Amino acid sequence: MAPLDRANIDTDAIIPKQFLKSIKRSGFGQNLFDEWRYLDHGEPGMDVTQRRLNPDFVLNQPRYRGAQILLARANFGCGSSREHAPWALQDYGFRVIIAPSFADIFFSNCFKIGLLPIVLDTNIVDRIFHEVSSTEDYCLTVSLENQTVTTPSGEVCTFDVDMFRKHCLLNGLDEIGLTLQYADKIKAFEEKRRTEQPWLFA
Amino acid sequence: MQTLYDKLWQSHVVHEESDKPDGMALLYIDRHLVHEVTSPQAFEGLRLAGRKPWRPDSILAVADHNVPTTERSHGISDPISRLQVETLDQNCAELGITEFKMNDLRQGIVHVIGPEQGATLPGMTVVCGDSHTSTHGAFACLAFGIGTSEVEHVLATQCLLLKKAKAMQVLVEGKLGHGVTAKDIALAVVGKIGTAGGTGYAIEFAGSAIRALSMEARMTLCNMAIEAGARAGMIAVDDTTIDYIKGRPFAPKGELWEKAVAYWRTLKSDVGVTFDQVVRLDAAQVKPQVTWGTSPEMVTTVDGRVPDPSQIADAVKRHDMERALKYMGLTPNMSISEIRLDKIFIGSCTNSRIEDLRAAAEVVKGRHIAANIKLAMVVPGSGLVKHQAEQEGLDRIFRDAGFEWREPGCSMCLAMNDDRLAPGERCASTSNRNFEGRQGPGGRTHLVSPVMAAAAAVAGHFVDVQEIY
Repeated sequence: MAPLDRANIDTDAIIPKQFLKSIKRSGFGQNLFDEWRYLDHGEPGMDVTQRRLNPDFVLNQPRYRGAQILLARANFGCGSSREHAPWALQDYGFRVIIAPSFADIFFSNCFKIGLLPIVLDTNIVDRIFHEVSSTEDYCLTVSLENQTVTTPSGEVCTFDVDMFRKHCLLNGLDEIGLTLQYADKIKAFEEKRRTEQPWLFA
Repeated sequence: MQTLYDKLWQSHVVHEESDKPDGMALLYIDRHLVHEVTSPQAFEGLRLAGRKPWRPDSILAVADHNVPTTERSHGISDPISRLQVETLDQNCAELGITEFKMNDLRQGIVHVIGPEQGATLPGMTVVCGDSHTSTHGAFACLAFGIGTSEVEHVLATQCLLLKKAKAMQVLVEGKLGHGVTAKDIALAVVGKIGTAGGTGYAIEFAGSAIRALSMEARMTLCNMAIEAGARAGMIAVDDTTIDYIKGRPFAPKGELWEKAVAYWRTLKSDVGVTFDQVVRLDAAQVKPQVTWGTSPEMVTTVDGRVPDPSQIADAVKRHDMERALKYMGLTPNMSISEIRLDKIFIGSCTNSRIEDLRAAAEVVKGRHIAANIKLAMVVPGSGLVKHQAEQEGLDRIFRDAGFEWREPGCSMCLAMNDDRLAPGERCASTSNRNFEGRQGPGGRTHLVSPVMAAAAAVAGHFVDVQEIY
């Protein structure tokens, strides 16, 4: 796992705006945290292997290479609704983000793409930050099934997750497909609405 | 008894699984606004799954983020931006979706044109793949930003699966001082409750100061609900709301109008209803606000000073403040009025409507921007706002004062087009976010109201607008 010790990390920092011009859904990982991660300014289409990495940025430290869990501070993902932010985190290789709190839209976007945001108590997050910085190869185990995060010392922290979201994640369900099972109900609602508030359908 | 939020929520529930404690509801969406940045992947997803839009007539599309604000009859020069805008054009043409194209007079920022066209009506659920969709709550709508997966979900099903938020009331009583605006209320609220203060809530703005606001000002306020962490902001319907809507192209007419108005009048919180949280603000105490940091909650008053991190006990907060001051190139305890500016940006979905431009023009009229201002620009929110302003001669006032008068779009609010700050440049901006790099890598943003931006343009540094007009 990798620790990113900052509060209020916004979606502009997670994936800067110039990369939002893409009409694709993939390939954002190489520009995750672009302005912090590289010393030069990044633009779409640049070969990132030719760019200078910022040695001070935590994700560039060899010990955090290949991390699948990101640890951050409060209000992670604040700002815009761009789903490019969770796409970039996922494309980089993260599967779980742990923080004391998340911004609402970001939180909901994560579930839609199969990235798991976990809220843990500030004190626990604080402790994990201390532990990870002082321990090489620090590794957390996350079980969505059991809703637990287990530290190397064997401490087990539980987390909450909506049943429906958990169900969708564990079973890889297509939410649109699930909603369309209610197509008749949607049509009935729509017809009633058309009668009662016809100006909405003008 | 019900809050306005309860009413809006309940009237859109298609299906609810009440047996589950965290059961989500399937909510019907009346209006889907679409722009070029967050929609291409949704349209592609729809196509790959062999699905069609459920109700194309509920959608209004416009390109706003990528469009140039300079002469654009020859199209967009950046090939990547151009492809994104063309992709929107193609998707709309293919699926029968109404789109205002780049050179259409009605084109503009999605959150300006929705209300301007009467496409945003009270009692609607309004969504858009854009966090500032909260703007439309000014019309007693349940309006909120969504991600691209949800854009696809709404396209395919006309619904969203949502969990009900808690209700917060922000009560602003009293009278605003001269030169104090809805933007200052918004920033003061964000400063008071923080950028996560509204997380998990829908905010209703109420009180005598809110009732006294114009629709443009109410939109400014609801626009920034997301900056306080709340996905939705809203305001009850009153005469101001109804007067604004009347006669707009998408608004109901004749008998339907009367019927609609009768319903819209019910869109307010019941007297005596309890909110999960109430935040109070005395309008008379609100002063012009200026942000000093890299989060909208890092804000103070124009007569204030840059804070001193050494006075902050909490280590995480202190570290954030030090980092913000370093990025912003500011020293602790310096007066806000000592901050000298390089650029001025009047525009964005927060503050680019006709009233914003009138107020700013009033300040710069007969004056000129200071010598140290490298660029001052006005970017109207829509082609119609621009046209109206030109009818009133506002463009002349701005140009005579040394401002550039541009074509409509999101522009330097997020710098996806060519309008941006160079590293280290400092800008007084009427937009909504002062994040690192938001207006260009290394750029330094101070959020203010249009009159404060205009005053700063004239003075070259921040100055209390009350002192100069």
